[in-house]
Amino acid sequence: MSVKMQINGQEVQVQAPPASRLLDVLRVELGLKGAKEGCGEGECGACAVLVNGQVVNSCLIPLGQMDGAEIVTIEGVPGDSALIQAFHDCAAAQCGICTPGMILAATALLAEHPQPTMDEIRWGLSGNLCRCTGYGRIYEAVTQASTGDTHG
Amino acid sequence: MTKLLEVASEMEKRNFPKRVDGLSKITGKALYVDDIPLNGVLHASTIRSSCAGGVVEELTFDPTFDWTPFVVVTAKDIPGLNAIKMLENDQPVLVDRVFRHAGEPLALLAHSDPCMLETALRHVHVRETPLAHPVFDIDEALGAERIIIPDNVYTDYLLNKGDVEQAQKNAQCIVEERLLTPSQEQLYIEPQGMIAVLQEDGVLRIEGSMQCPYYVLDALEQCTGLDKDKLRVVQSTTGGAFGGKEDYPSMIACHAALLALKSGGLPVKLIYERSEDLRVTPKRHPSRSLVRLGANREGELQFIDMDFAIDGGAYRTLSPVVLSRGVIHAPGPYRCANIRVRGRAVATNHPPFGAFRGFGAPQSIFALEVALDRLAAKLNMDPAELRRKNLLHHGDVSPTGDLVGEDCFAQEILDEALRVSHYYERQDAFRVWNAAPHDTLRGIGLATFAHGAGFTGNGELYLASRVFLQAHADGQVEILCSNTEMGQGAATTLVQIAADALQLPLEQVQLAQTDTARVPNSGPTVASRTCMVVGDLIAKAAQRLLQKLRDEGGLTKTFTPAGFNAACLRMQESEKDLLVTASYQPPMDMLWDEKSFTGRAYASYAWAAYIAEVEVDKLTLETRVLNFTAAQEIGHAVHPQIVQGQIEGGVVQGIGYALYENVLWNQFGVMANDRLTNYIIPTTADIGPLQIVLMEKGLGAGPKGAKGVGELPMDGPAPAIVNAIQQALKIDVAQIPAMPELLLDLSRAQRGSQCQ
Amino acid sequence: MAEWLRPRHMNEALQLLAELPAEQYQIISGGTDVMVAQQLSAPRDIAVWLDLSAIPELKTVEVTTEGIRIGAGVTLSVLRRHPEVQKHWPMLAASAAVTGAAPIQNRATLGGNLCNASPAADNAPVLLAYAAHLEIAGPNGTRLLPYEQFHLGYRQTALAAHELLQAIHIPYLPAGSRAYYRKVGTRAAQAIAKVGIAAWIHFDAGQGIIAARFGLASVAATPCLLPRVSHYLEGNHLKDVRESTIREKVSSDIRPVDDIRSTAEYRLEVTSRLVWEAIHDAH
Repeated sequence: MSVKMQINGQEVQVQAPPASRLLDVLRVELGLKGAKEGCGEGECGACAVLVNGQVVNSCLIPLGQMDGAEIVTIEGVPGDSALIQAFHDCAAAQCGICTPGMILAATALLAEHPQPTMDEIRWGLSGNLCRCTGYGRIYEAVTQASTGDTHG
Repeated sequence: MTKLLEVASEMEKRNFPKRVDGLSKITGKALYVDDIPLNGVLHASTIRSSCAGGVVEELTFDPTFDWTPFVVVTAKDIPGLNAIKMLENDQPVLVDRVFRHAGEPLALLAHSDPCMLETALRHVHVRETPLAHPVFDIDEALGAERIIIPDNVYTDYLLNKGDVEQAQKNAQCIVEERLLTPSQEQLYIEPQGMIAVLQEDGVLRIEGSMQCPYYVLDALEQCTGLDKDKLRVVQSTTGGAFGGKEDYPSMIACHAALLALKSGGLPVKLIYERSEDLRVTPKRHPSRSLVRLGANREGELQFIDMDFAIDGGAYRTLSPVVLSRGVIHAPGPYRCANIRVRGRAVATNHPPFGAFRGFGAPQSIFALEVALDRLAAKLNMDPAELRRKNLLHHGDVSPTGDLVGEDCFAQEILDEALRVSHYYERQDAFRVWNAAPHDTLRGIGLATFAHGAGFTGNGELYLASRVFLQAHADGQVEILCSNTEMGQGAATTLVQIAADALQLPLEQVQLAQTDTARVPNSGPTVASRTCMVVGDLIAKAAQRLLQKLRDEGGLTKTFTPAGFNAACLRMQESEKDLLVTASYQPPMDMLWDEKSFTGRAYASYAWAAYIAEVEVDKLTLETRVLNFTAAQEIGHAVHPQIVQGQIEGGVVQGIGYALYENVLWNQFGVMANDRLTNYIIPTTADIGPLQIVLMEKGLGAGPKGAKGVGELPMDGPAPAIVNAIQQALKIDVAQIPAMPELLLDLSRAQRGSQCQ
Repeated sequence: MAEWLRPRHMNEALQLLAELPAEQYQIISGGTDVMVAQQLSAPRDIAVWLDLSAIPELKTVEVTTEGIRIGAGVTLSVLRRHPEVQKHWPMLAASAAVTGAAPIQNRATLGGNLCNASPAADNAPVLLAYAAHLEIAGPNGTRLLPYEQFHLGYRQTALAAHELLQAIHIPYLPAGSRAYYRKVGTRAAQAIAKVGIAAWIHFDAGQGIIAARFGLASVAATPCLLPRVSHYLEGNHLKDVRESTIREKVSSDIRPVDDIRSTAEYRLEVTSRLVWEAIHDAH
């Protein structure tokens, strides 16, 4: 099946079986390795990307549903964005495997709640598992990105 | 120098560098093993046993199926020894005939198309004669008629101090408890995997997710029969490990290597699916503790008597070492003249258990700390007061008969934790809350503990760790060691230590990729040893480098980075070598008798007191953590943010251990809940902010008095939480996880429980 | 290679469905259940996928004087944020908000949650309590089916071979209505329910119970009502309701089992407690 999508602002055409997972299309067809496979069942969020502005698990999305979709992966998040800077400032990435998905989930969260409460942060990121950080530095990073408060 | 820091995030971040690996991970550029681009790769799959031990009568590859495009490996293809190199060579790389657990590897397949692999698997037939009565329980194994190994005991240790039998006469108050801890899955978010390629130059190159490249190298040498100079092991960015990638990568590497040796030069990629990883890789040892504690009426401990047993699974692997640490930590940081801990690592037909953060200590500390709370209750004493009466001071004799030196802050850290958590006010507030008709009951509970950093006793001596510093003509300095960054921040802290010792800016120092072709063996990345032991070696190597540059390169006594660079250039121009080495030297007073468990077991202990506030729903018995205070004395925080992150991460793993995580077994002794939907770790919705308090007294054995911190946070949460639940519900909880189903059962069964 | 059909209208979808080879096709909407099954179970040989996600008619939410009509393809994300749903059918906003987590809710559809027919379906209890009706489309037109008649057995629904769930209708609740919703999961988010309960109780001015409906998840082979409990309560006065009787009725209305997440004993006890709580705490 031939599917046209916009990925990180660029028009892309992919030829692959329609039931192919978006995760595999991104990683294998398009060489975008930022989305990771942690579980294959939509539990861990390591594969999370934005589709039409919404955070979704790319391991659960078939290519056949992506015609005309606008997709943002971690590769499409500018390096100087507030979230990336905040994650770096706050040492919110340890092993880093959950981080791309977490950043995209936080991007969607901040789009809906530009000044999120702690509860909103916790509920907004509850589909992204992290085993290393205990989430503390992540909460701080998202808060920092939302208030624009930077350190040093 | 004493420093008390409250909550590292309040510190000026600009004083501490950003993680050196931060941006590459955050922007998604870091390459994990599954990301590494390869040409012509073969995907691999493992054929495994179904029964919980037995004999493989037949392993047939359907003759009507076309196997020519596949690489097939069985035990017969193993050129070297068919054993994973460990303490004992009892675990086969591939089963030849006899096997001991379900999921044991029998054969390997590789093909360029993963779909073809799936099809091929359906054309492999295995006929097994199963064991009649596999054993899955510790006490069943100990009583066993069904023997896996002699007595079903891998190791039997005894820590015996004073005279427990005599001491019972002076104990007016005695408690006797049986406490259980389950297996626990490390749940690194990156599943395990390796890539192997037999290069044209004849070198077999392995790259993958791992903690200990030299363990992998040794295992490959043994299994392939190749010389070390024909083997090269490289660690890729590793997405979490926590001990789960300490020994099992050797198995995966050997498998990938065997396939690569047969594949005619094509790279082989063996990455586990999550459910396979859950079923077959090692997990935390389950434990069963029988604890007897006796105190006089004043609450002073007269004796500690523990029978501690851990389930080692079907092969010995690391169990003796886990047991050793569990035994040494069992008596806790307390003053007690009469201690007897008998530890046994038991053989069962489960897949082997292995390393997970804490490594035996979380199990025994859980038992002791919960039993202490029972003792406190019986003495009608506040649990904090009972701890205070018994925590070690400088000048006391330790449980292993060692004299406790200046580096002992057990009392102080308890006081700090009580203060910062408002323990007594909260206790009172909860009494009031629980007396009123609310929907929930609340409790506050604590655990006081210490964790020894580095390998036990003479372990560091046997490791004989070496590090190199390689300076370059442009003044850049590389740290060459086998310790791996796996999220814990080693790449940053080791660079900080070196840069600080060399008086250079951080940008001038890098940690070289962990590649056995270049780096010496500085030991495994385990046991909270990296900062303390290896960091110390790096600091020493730095001094040596400076000395060499002064002696041979004209470096002045005080210098600028430009001066350093100039000295390096001069060395290169006069063809002088810019590599220095530092090798481990044990501290003078590290005398440890591993037979009798006496002496000084660890170079440093870190001291901690954790306080948990819980709220239990009266109707559903669901527990949530309301507040959590983790106070610890950690010597010196090389990077406070990193230390804070380690503690927060460990605490949340501990909360999971206490409340949510349960490995359930199917009838073959293999993990039944082998999906992330069914193995429950905390999400952000389950975890609120934690209060982390760091105390630095600067007396640790590491650089600037640092101590290992990575595993410490695993020891405290489970007992603190269970003790809090016991306070809230007025019931005795003897096992974790304290699931609602368990609490409902207990609260209905026990009289005096606050919620029938 | 599998064929991917992506109709733009319901009649197109129904026509395609009528011609599909039995056993060899897979309907997909949000994909959050279907894609997991494909990945983790032995993948079936699917010859044709029927993708309903591009049909705008399935994504509408209409509020009328009678109640609300929710297209089967409306995502849980939309549902939980919909102001009318929040205002008039708050239990549905609540259950949508605790189904999985944000990435799941952004794809998962209400229709999919019902048609996947897990006994643990998070939104099912609410629709049972609210006495929802299902609008089912087939080759011969549409029919309305009370939702309580939809689940016939473990993962078996009343959808005939060539039918599609088109919409879910929920009436306004009468004055004097009180509701109670609670999910007891394995953790606070991304969790499968151990027990899910939604209760609607219609009180008269004097605390007499006119009607009561309890929807339950995870305590039987299908999401289910508690008919004996309802029967006991209806016509009774709140002060005369006895806990022991409630327990007895609950235990005859449900069939909980031990499974990988919880035990029959826990489910039974907690259901009894939550039913009692629902009766007294519904608001």
